[in-house]
Amino acid sequence: MSIRPADALERGATPWLFAAALATTLPHFEHQPSWLSALTAVLFAWGAWLWWRDERLPGRWPLALLVAIACGGVLFEFRTLFGRDAGVAMLVVFMAMKLLELRSRRDATVVVMLGYFLLLTHYFYSQSIPTGLWLLAAMTLVTATLVRLHGGAASTPLATLRYAGLLMLQAVPFMIVLFLLFPRVSGPLWGLPQDAHSGRTGLSDQMAPGNIANLALSGEIAFRARFAEPPPARDKLYWRGPVLEMFDGKTWRQQVSRPRPPQIEALSPPIAYETTLEPHQQRWLLALDAPGSLPMDLALENTLTATARLPINQRQRFSLTAILDYRFNPDEEQSVLKRNLVLPPAVNPRARALAESWRGEESSPERLVQKALTLFSGSGFSYTLQPPLLGENPVDDFLFVTQRGFCEHYSSAFVALMRAAGVPARVVTGYQGGETNPVDGFVVVRQSDAHAWAEVWLAGRGWVRVDPTAAVSPTRVESGIAAAMPAGEPLPALIQVRSNWLRTLQFRWEAINNAWNQYVLGYNPQRQREFLSRLGLSDPDWRNMAAVLGIVCGLMLLAVTGWALYRRPHLDPAARLWQNALRRLARRQVNCAPWETPLALVRRLEDERPDLVPAVMEVAAAYLQARYGDQPDQLTTLRAAVARLP
Amino acid sequence: MGLIAELKRRLFRWQSDGSAPLRLTQRRIFVLPTRAGFLFFVALVAMLTGAINYNLALGHALVFLLAGLGLVGMVHAFRNLHGLIIAPGRSQPVFAGDQALFPLQFSSDRATPRLALQVQAGADQPAVTTAVAAQGLADISVPVTTSRRGWLELPRTRLFTTYPLGLFVAWSYLQPAMRCLVYPRPLASPLPPLQSAPRAGDQLGADGQEDFSGFRTRQPADSPRHVAWKASARDGGQRPLLVKLFAGGAQHELQLDWSLTPDTMTEDTRIEIIAGWVMAAEEEGACYGLRLPGREIPPSSGDAHRHRCLEALALYPG
Repeated sequence: MSIRPADALERGATPWLFAAALATTLPHFEHQPSWLSALTAVLFAWGAWLWWRDERLPGRWPLALLVAIACGGVLFEFRTLFGRDAGVAMLVVFMAMKLLELRSRRDATVVVMLGYFLLLTHYFYSQSIPTGLWLLAAMTLVTATLVRLHGGAASTPLATLRYAGLLMLQAVPFMIVLFLLFPRVSGPLWGLPQDAHSGRTGLSDQMAPGNIANLALSGEIAFRARFAEPPPARDKLYWRGPVLEMFDGKTWRQQVSRPRPPQIEALSPPIAYETTLEPHQQRWLLALDAPGSLPMDLALENTLTATARLPINQRQRFSLTAILDYRFNPDEEQSVLKRNLVLPPAVNPRARALAESWRGEESSPERLVQKALTLFSGSGFSYTLQPPLLGENPVDDFLFVTQRGFCEHYSSAFVALMRAAGVPARVVTGYQGGETNPVDGFVVVRQSDAHAWAEVWLAGRGWVRVDPTAAVSPTRVESGIAAAMPAGEPLPALIQVRSNWLRTLQFRWEAINNAWNQYVLGYNPQRQREFLSRLGLSDPDWRNMAAVLGIVCGLMLLAVTGWALYRRPHLDPAARLWQNALRRLARRQVNCAPWETPLALVRRLEDERPDLVPAVMEVAAAYLQARYGDQPDQLTTLRAAVARLP
Repeated sequence: MGLIAELKRRLFRWQSDGSAPLRLTQRRIFVLPTRAGFLFFVALVAMLTGAINYNLALGHALVFLLAGLGLVGMVHAFRNLHGLIIAPGRSQPVFAGDQALFPLQFSSDRATPRLALQVQAGADQPAVTTAVAAQGLADISVPVTTSRRGWLELPRTRLFTTYPLGLFVAWSYLQPAMRCLVYPRPLASPLPPLQSAPRAGDQLGADGQEDFSGFRTRQPADSPRHVAWKASARDGGQRPLLVKLFAGGAQHELQLDWSLTPDTMTEDTRIEIIAGWVMAAEEEGACYGLRLPGREIPPSSGDAHRHRCLEALALYPG
């Protein structure tokens, strides 16, 4: 393969291409399989070495072999060549390979285009502010590479980078306008590959001792809510997740139930709020108890859990209302009540015996509930994130032996006791509490706020919430987990920060992140419609939007073109100094006509102002030397001469 | 056909720019995407599809920033040419078959450099690249391959640049009034016999050797072959160059006559043979004259004389 000399890649451009390739592939090393990163690194090093030694690039066959090896590896690792992760892996390998065949300028262009494409793939993994900033820098570098490629070696690396920065800066207004006005389509356009979303934490659809305690160790944000009015008190904030009705003695599970709409009797006015859920790969929302009206695309299960039609695999916003004081299903179906009395036989016999003994003493279910809560609030029980391990009869072990547990232990034991005593009861999981960020007023709920409580059905009152954890540790409900835990518990650093300025800093950072999530990442077709109608474009369809977009972009292009056409009047630095000198002379009543040359001025002064002649002569000579002489840089002499003028 | 020609003339101002310096204005600069530009556009569409499919807000932003970059790159390619001042120079004569070089001087009064300016005189000619520094000058020679003798006008020349991003090419057509004299290709053949043209009173030296008679100062028309280097080098080279004078001897003159060439040949071949004689005679330092139908150049020697002869041959029968 021979390359025309005009198209051949010049040697000095290669380091730029390596830098661009490295900047665009390096962040992928974090989540790629290590063999792939190693292969990429070896290819990079090989290419760099060949360049350094100025040796021949490998021929077609070694490269074909390498491609085959890499494809085989990707196929083995991901079981496919397509899809998100495999596709990214292939792109990274191609980028590294392309560095081994940098012969012509066209090869270099391919590297740059591949680099731009790779920039996009980073957003599969993170769209945070730091990622955005890093990619902006990487994009400047890739653009500088392109500039260097076409500009040749004539300009310095710094000038090239600065020029690329200028181009990017001029492109930013276009980006903003396109971002706001380009008609948005809500994706996906086709079925996403299996691996499109993976590895998120959150509540699960079952509860065994230790599940929620593990979740509580994470300071990650589960969702944020913004209330139209000041948020309700913290101990009212019960965010309902899945309701667990099936118990096998150890683990609580969801019961698949017929979709019969729940009946809610509102005893207080509804309060409106908007919640932004982080993706958790489940269909349930975490609505504040009890959910009032729901948007069209959401449904309310019989257990009062609000669910979406599809799993929530990306950050989503919902407008909801909540009724804090309510009566829920006072006339519940018998089948439901019956299944909420079921306990596995032959497990936890001591707890069962205790509850049955209570049943003999008390008749009203309210009194039974009170009895159990009194048991917990009494001596012996403590609230901890590090409960001892439990044996085959976990409820018995907890109630009578260890007596140390987290919310799941208390709710599980409480519900088991209630069922044994003949009161229909079930476990509700979700989040409790939340913290108001003073910077933006959002209530932030973290994984560490995960909670489990109980619900008992009382005749005439329906399902009533009972939180046995509150009996053990009232602080948990009133002030959150950080305050409730004794010192030394392994809580995440973020939520136990107690020093003031750190807390403020954290609030600030989270508020910025939230704004980013809400207004940048959450800018969807609906937000766009809202934004456009606020601009006065009521009922915007894609045609008006395209028209507005075209007009605004055209105007901006015109502005940039105007900038390009504008020619700054340029004055030679020597001439500028001479003008300075003339201004100083004018103060001494010496005026130089525009047509008068410096030497003519001196000659005239010899008659009119002989006292000024030596100084002016010095300036004139220095000016002529600086402006027309063959010695470079005589400006300092001129500047000094001008300064010496009287 | 006439319509298209008219349109082209209007659009591309297909007319001579004269010989004065010209400044490129927006009216004569055109911009179109390059192949890389189309590739970039396809990549953007693919990226936008990906961003929509995976609902990546920052993916949208990236695609839009790149789109903005492309648009800005277009303006910058245009700006790289806009306001450039082009002054035509004088070209040196060349022999047919060699490359004629048309010198142009680019100058820029902008505070930023203009890089990667390429000039190409026709699609089959090589492109040459230059850069103009900030407020600088750059000399460039536009190569044009020659095939026939005579005057060669600089064909319509394309000045183009893909700087800075290579996604768009901005170009302008230049047609400064420049021409280059193309000498006929010299065809090597034995010189015709010497013809002595003795003048009255002259004596012919024994072997045609002439007697050295003295020096005179060199004039530009004298061949370097006749310079008396040794004599000139005396006194530390302070003197002007001297030329040996030969006295007496009949000037041995070569008459390069059209009629000496075989008339079976074509006119061009005969011209080329005579051009070959001119070169050979000059090489030998001989004194030669040219006789063409309707044109006669008296015998002499030196570069200026050679140029006169070759010019007459180049333009024959013009």
